[in-house]
Amino acid sequence: MSALALGLDRTLLELKMYSREKEAVFFSFLFPILLLALFSVIFGSQFDGADGGMTAGGYFLPGMLSAGVLLTSFQTMAMSVTVERDDGTLKRLRATPMPPVAYFFGKVGLVAVSSTVQVALLLLVARLAFGVELPSTADRWAVFALVFVLGVFGGTVLGVAYSSMATARTVGAVVLGPMLVLQFISGVYIAFDDVPQWLQQVASLFPLKWIAQGMRSVFFPEQLAAAEMAGSWETGRTALVLFAWAVGGLVVCALTFKWFKRGTT
Amino acid sequence: MPGAISIRGLTKSYAGRNAVDGLDLDIDVGECFALLGPNGAGKTTTVEIAEGFRARDAGEVRVLGTDPHGAGLEWRNRVGIVLQSTGGLDLLTPREALASTAKAYSHPHAVGDVLASVGLDDKADTRIVGLSGGQRRRLDVALGIVGRPELLFLDEPTTGFDPQARRDFWDLIRSLAAEGTTILLTTHYLDEAEHLADRVGVIAAGRLLALDTPEALGGRSAEEATVTWEEGGIRHSVATATPTAEVARLAARMPGGEVPALTVTRPSLEDTYLAMIAPHVAHDAHDAHATDARTEVTA
Repeated sequence: MSALALGLDRTLLELKMYSREKEAVFFSFLFPILLLALFSVIFGSQFDGADGGMTAGGYFLPGMLSAGVLLTSFQTMAMSVTVERDDGTLKRLRATPMPPVAYFFGKVGLVAVSSTVQVALLLLVARLAFGVELPSTADRWAVFALVFVLGVFGGTVLGVAYSSMATARTVGAVVLGPMLVLQFISGVYIAFDDVPQWLQQVASLFPLKWIAQGMRSVFFPEQLAAAEMAGSWETGRTALVLFAWAVGGLVVCALTFKWFKRGTT
Repeated sequence: MPGAISIRGLTKSYAGRNAVDGLDLDIDVGECFALLGPNGAGKTTTVEIAEGFRARDAGEVRVLGTDPHGAGLEWRNRVGIVLQSTGGLDLLTPREALASTAKAYSHPHAVGDVLASVGLDDKADTRIVGLSGGQRRRLDVALGIVGRPELLFLDEPTTGFDPQARRDFWDLIRSLAAEGTTILLTTHYLDEAEHLADRVGVIAAGRLLALDTPEALGGRSAEEATVTWEEGGIRHSVATATPTAEVARLAARMPGGEVPALTVTRPSLEDTYLAMIAPHVAHDAHDAHATDARTEVTA
């Protein structure tokens, strides 16, 4: 079989395993959707009519989309690759004539499918259950596609790169801790303009802040651009930063990826 | 005909200590070869170098005619490796795991045939997480043989098996050997080596101490046998180089020609092996412990 056919086969296998892991489905796939529903219900009364007709669902949607991108790409990859390195899955695959690229193809395929379905569900729930107005211009959807694809691809390669820092024993803390901090300072769960300026500067070093900002530029009314750090959406800079992180992550992966546990080769 | 595995002067050191120290070893095509040795003897290191998973410091290694270090996918296509434990497949079924693995090989066995040969047909569509230890181990072997390998590496295949499962497993390995598969087996069980192996190599302190058939290892076939029997309620025993003559003499002496509670024993493979490695185990106790820890993470 060609590397491409094997990669497609790996994708199907990864999707099978992912969908059978109830914890993964709940904590990375359904979590942002549940949070969106929860926030809409809890904060519903504070938003009615304010901010030019914005609802709680509309206010939290960009943040939940950003959290979804982070969870399905970065978290899924960082955790699964760490565990697979530790439990010998990677070594076993290396013992077969499977081209290594097929393994990564399978991972990218898994993330592409799961994050696309998740985003579609999020948008559907936001529109149908919470009456969120979705953008009507092609421009905005083009920005959405750009931020989503760059965010997901970057998250995937950075997750694979990050997996080298953890072991199966420590993976929960090493992955989830920094992710939680990053979500709080990047304007995912709480409004970014509530974050102190020096923390905003710190958040700006990482891609999540730019994903969230990009998502706000797609779903928020134009006049809210004034509330951003630079007073505008900075679409060009957002694309540049996310692209740089993706390329950097890819280089780090290529330089540091290990098929065996530390100390075993 | 070139051997399946040919190793000359293999050396590998960790932190200044030679784990493998000038090892020579030849394994023929079609042979089932058992590599024995205490923990820390250099067994795992040697096998992992032959599997292409570790780099060596010095020496010549040819496996199926190719240097395994950096050998390509073409070579992997001809080699099967059964690692010490397989994780990460819990959410799949044996059939799914095998079908996916088989696709990487150019001439794989039919998945159904492999499932049948390892006795997992009735568990083929059960999630692997629900398999017993012995069933999982048989799945590990199935994953190692599905690509129709010319050479199979088997690393401590029956650890944790119950006696019946071990016998079934041995039958499976013997049938693979009968089909002409070359097998390199590492094991801590001397009876396993005795049942399966055409030849046995004992390795200690990174060198090959002995190399022979299980029957002749350490000259034990030539050693004196012990004949024991009961007479007048007392157990008698005689060490002799001619046990057949001794038994014939006893039989002639006994009423009815039947010798009560007769046994004829030679030193077991285990006795011979333990005597052979004794100096190395005592001397290397500390180092062996250090290497143990490394072997553990490999598992």
